[in-house]
Amino acid sequence: MSPVTRTVLVTGISRHIGARLASVLAADPAVSRVIGVDTVPPTSLTRDGGAQLNPLGRVEFVRVDLRSPDIAQVIAAADIDTVVHMSLMSGPAGSRPAMKEHNVIGTMQLLAACQRSETVRRVVVRSTTAVYGSSPTDPAVFTEDSEPVEVPHTGYGKDASEVEGYVRGYARRRPDVVTTTLRFANFIGPKVDSPLTRYFRAPVLPTVLGFDPRLQFVHEDDGVEVLRRAALDDHPGVFNVAGDGVLLLSQCLRRAGRFFLPVPAPAFRFLGEAARAVGRMDFTPDQLALMSHGRVVDSARLADEFGWVPKHTTASAFDDFLQTRSTW
Amino acid sequence: MTPEELLTFASRRISGRYEVDEFGYDAELNDKILLELLRPLYRHWFRVETIGLHNLPPDGALVVANHSGTLPIDALMLQVALHDEAGRVVRLLGADLVHRLPLLGHLSRKTGHTLACKEDADRLLRKGELVGVFPEGFKGIGKPWSQRYKLQRFGRGGFVASAIRAGVPIVPCSIVGAEEIYPKIGELRPLARLLGLPYLPITPLFPWFGPLGLVPLPSKWLIEFGEPIRSDEVDPAEADDPMVVFELTDQVRETIQRSLNALRLRRGPAFFL
Repeated sequence: MSPVTRTVLVTGISRHIGARLASVLAADPAVSRVIGVDTVPPTSLTRDGGAQLNPLGRVEFVRVDLRSPDIAQVIAAADIDTVVHMSLMSGPAGSRPAMKEHNVIGTMQLLAACQRSETVRRVVVRSTTAVYGSSPTDPAVFTEDSEPVEVPHTGYGKDASEVEGYVRGYARRRPDVVTTTLRFANFIGPKVDSPLTRYFRAPVLPTVLGFDPRLQFVHEDDGVEVLRRAALDDHPGVFNVAGDGVLLLSQCLRRAGRFFLPVPAPAFRFLGEAARAVGRMDFTPDQLALMSHGRVVDSARLADEFGWVPKHTTASAFDDFLQTRSTW
Repeated sequence: MTPEELLTFASRRISGRYEVDEFGYDAELNDKILLELLRPLYRHWFRVETIGLHNLPPDGALVVANHSGTLPIDALMLQVALHDEAGRVVRLLGADLVHRLPLLGHLSRKTGHTLACKEDADRLLRKGELVGVFPEGFKGIGKPWSQRYKLQRFGRGGFVASAIRAGVPIVPCSIVGAEEIYPKIGELRPLARLLGLPYLPITPLFPWFGPLGLVPLPSKWLIEFGEPIRSDEVDPAEADDPMVVFELTDQVRETIQRSLNALRLRRGPAFFL
């Protein structure tokens, strides 16, 4: 039985999707309290419209480093019943070890706190389709049960696989808690700031010579909506979340009307490292794999369980991003 | 195409406003460009004739064909035959070697092929697609000239298991003519190993004549589609029973071998006709 009044904890609230989710939940009459935690205060969000947090005023921000055990006190003090874990960094903002620590140790601390809690009834974790990796010998379409041919051994995909491992362990130890893991395709939308959106905003786009990967996107509106639904109802399991259909990278580039420059894979890697060095972009080897082999997932299980499908297809999400793309 | 159609086609392509399915199949590019490049080869070079098109079921099915010719030209000709003469899009399952290669891997996706694996085969068949497979694989396509028209081993019968799971009929397909396009009279084993290829052939024209050696010999081709073999009489739960799978695999293999022998007699000499 889920209680009538709900207290929701959202981690990673200083990032765009986390902030949007928190404000949506705060606006919901079924939710009595929303507590947002992050390592940095959400004020840093004002540059991309994060101010929506304050008008609602109901989101309470607590500054917690997830890597420390402090999170347990937050959960215990507020009688949290729903935890939405959004605090996964997709690119190394600082160093790669710091990103890994943030993602993996942060999740361990959070789940340890949830395990001790008597009040937590539901845990929703934001994961990524990057857990499937990206290789030429994978099946064309991944379902939630697919075992990747090559387990991601770098970056975001590896972190997310490890995070999911801890979530599975937690679910085994606390079968009374409903756990939902959402594997999102690449987020796209007017305000999404990710390695991929930064890539599509560049004036000239390098591509990997001889490769035309299949890509999938999920619109930020749909991302927020599915997280909201998972936070407010029981949907146990692991679900892929992607907009219907696929776009080839070549289609994306033609739609964007940008110049593109096919370069051999080693040169692409070099350009990526160079862009990272000058701070333009976070480049990791798994992005080279994605830009070479692409990745497509099946979201049928999501539609079955949630009775809902993303409003935006992959193509319409991308078009919406293009329309509102800030000009150079 | 009229100039007007050509213009809208070009603008659609340039603006990226066309559909590609989840496997990367680009129907428009396939029909208007890729198959168009193959059609002269199909019509005038190999003068392909098809037999038994009426045997193709209207819905999903698994077309199982023999594989030969050193380079997979037979797969492409089968694709043209089904597209142009039966109005059917065939989704071929290809070796992972092809999918590893830059350019070729992605081109093959655009023309509707995908990786030969259980997941992709099952998914395509569930969607009611016509799926094509060459169970001999490299053993078939890379066999020496002396072995021509002798079907090689059919792997582990994974294709049969997929058909049983999907409950779709298996259409045996025999291709005569591809054996003669690049007669493999020897091979360069060390070089093949060095390049990571399953084989590197010596043919009467290759490598002696360089790129000219890549021109296929103009043999006469026949492609026959046999009577569908039912797989829905087997309980889908038995798709992983090796006995059931091998039995059905053998039946398909023997049917194709018989039809190959008959078709070869019917065609007569490969050249000068």
